[in-house]
Amino acid sequence: MTFNSKIFRTSTFRLAAIYLIFFAFSVSAVLAYVYWNTVGILERQTDETIRAEVQGLSDQYRLLSLAGVVDVLQRRIDEGAGSIYLLANARNEQVIGNIDKLPASASGEPGWVDFPIVVGRPPKQQNHTGRAYHAPLPGGYTLLVGRDVEEQRLFGKTIRQAVSWALALALVLGLGGGWVLSRNFLRRVDAITDTSRTIMAGDLTRRMPVSGSDDELDRLAQSLNDMLGQIERLMAGMKEVSSNVAHDLRTPLTRMRARIESALRTEDDATHKQALEKTLEDSDRLLGTFNALLSIARAEAGHSREGLAETDAASIVHEVAELYEPIVEDAGGTLTLDVDASIPVKADRQLLAQALSNLLDNALKYGVVDEGEATAVTVTAKAVDGKAVITVSDRGHGIAVADRTRVLDRFVRLDESRNKPGNGLGLSLVSSVMKLHGGSLTLGDAAPGLLATLELPLLPDSKTA
Amino acid sequence: MRVLVIEDDREAGSWLVKGLEESGHVADLATDGEEGLTLAREGVHDVLIVDRMLPKIDGLTIIKTIRSEGLTTPVLILSALSDVDERVRGLRAGGDDYLAKPYAFAELLARVEGMKRRGTEQTAETRLRACDLEMDLLSRTVTRGGKPILLQPREFKLLEYLVRNAGHIVTRTMLLENVWDYHFDPQTNVIDVHVSRLRSKIDKGFEEPLLQTVRGAGYMIRDV
Repeated sequence: MTFNSKIFRTSTFRLAAIYLIFFAFSVSAVLAYVYWNTVGILERQTDETIRAEVQGLSDQYRLLSLAGVVDVLQRRIDEGAGSIYLLANARNEQVIGNIDKLPASASGEPGWVDFPIVVGRPPKQQNHTGRAYHAPLPGGYTLLVGRDVEEQRLFGKTIRQAVSWALALALVLGLGGGWVLSRNFLRRVDAITDTSRTIMAGDLTRRMPVSGSDDELDRLAQSLNDMLGQIERLMAGMKEVSSNVAHDLRTPLTRMRARIESALRTEDDATHKQALEKTLEDSDRLLGTFNALLSIARAEAGHSREGLAETDAASIVHEVAELYEPIVEDAGGTLTLDVDASIPVKADRQLLAQALSNLLDNALKYGVVDEGEATAVTVTAKAVDGKAVITVSDRGHGIAVADRTRVLDRFVRLDESRNKPGNGLGLSLVSSVMKLHGGSLTLGDAAPGLLATLELPLLPDSKTA
Repeated sequence: MRVLVIEDDREAGSWLVKGLEESGHVADLATDGEEGLTLAREGVHDVLIVDRMLPKIDGLTIIKTIRSEGLTTPVLILSALSDVDERVRGLRAGGDDYLAKPYAFAELLARVEGMKRRGTEQTAETRLRACDLEMDLLSRTVTRGGKPILLQPREFKLLEYLVRNAGHIVTRTMLLENVWDYHFDPQTNVIDVHVSRLRSKIDKGFEEPLLQTVRGAGYMIRDV
């Protein structure tokens, strides 16, 4: 299909065509009104004058008889230029008048007649049009009164021509405008289509053209670009995750395989048993990693969003803190709570609890500078400026500013020696859970220690109900 | 007790049957949904273990079918899908418990045995007893050997769950799910600390410890 034939199928062109039809109708109506009010009024006035004159002359014929009317007519012929009078007898011979005889069509019943007349004297004779009313008078006479309407006719013709030109011009402009509009629209749509084809072919870096006019198409292109950006980020994340997954799953699998192989080389039952037990432990850990990855993927895919329900974040914080309090105290530390009475949010209780539990796990693992030191974990939850703000802070080394974003990526562990159990997925999960809730995880400095801040939108307070 | 295992992975199914038989139960194996539904309809089993995805008839359909036919046998759903939504769907279909694959056999056994008990004694008791420990669920008081023991509300709930399952192993995951209603695994052994606090309250000063740790499985309150 060629570009031009496509134009007729665009919605803009169809709109333009419909608009054009309405436009033509209204222009015609306006022009018709103008015509009726100019040419029409003139014609009607002329006709009325003629009829009144015929009526007057007929009355005079009855009152003053033939001779009186002839007198009157003679006077009018003498003084009135542009008027046509004729009184003809039954044989269509002129009794008096300024034309010789009745036009061929003027006979019998009274009525209107348009006929050619010749005005002026030779050699300046001109052909004009006359319009007249003829009525029979008693005694076989016929009276005809008319006017030279040549000027009116010319005026009407001029107006009609002007109207036709105006209409034609409106149609041409409308059609042309529609064509130009839809061609521009189509060009931009085609550009978007072409770009999306390129992207589908695999070039995810391409973006839809934006003209900068901030119109509907620009907004469409902009939101498509945002969507593409999101897709690109997700794809990049996926790529990175799969290589990380490959690494972080391959390492323990290799270890397990080596252990089993070496155990198989011996005949010692105790070695076998030990190898099996270690393998079971390793497989449980692998499974944990796998489950954590799945949780993150689920939170990121966002389809658990339907699982969000109105909940009180304060009670979730209390519950999780209660779950962790004994273990913190057993480690000789303290868990301090500062929680508002009620923090209504829309949240998935399980996921939010899991996020908090991950933060507390981290505080337990990394919350002290020296081994054996007593940890002091502080958990706060407040409703501030339309946001639920939950913080967990410890007294550990904290996280260097440069690492604060990186550590949210999957499998990133700052603990290079890896002498503490963990899979490097804890904070990734917290971060994706917060994204699912339309909130965020920010890592800051508790001076000393790590200050992890969770923010999520607060539900409007329903206490007023 | 007689258990029906409906599991299409023949190897996993036969390990399950072997394990159940070694634990003193009788187990039958069905390897597709059709066979499973036929066997389940006989109504001779005490517990059904149903895989979520099965050839011929899907696991959830089996559960819905037998429930609509009035069969109340407790059902444990096994599934490779560990999603919380999946879990809810399984329980809504009429399942009694949900275990994500892969599972530790001890976990499965503890749950199957727990279900059997819940299936038989659905009475609204107000007093629970295990050896010389007594719980009054109305006044929320606990005594052991006549001596009152003061417990925090969560400790009371924890003890109640353990006592209801007295004589049987309950796993850490079962405790986390039933006492805290959390369906994720904390990375640290938070449950152990809660249990040891409870133990210090109910066993301190008594010669015979009531609350036992079963290595590699979980905990158990003695009932004799």
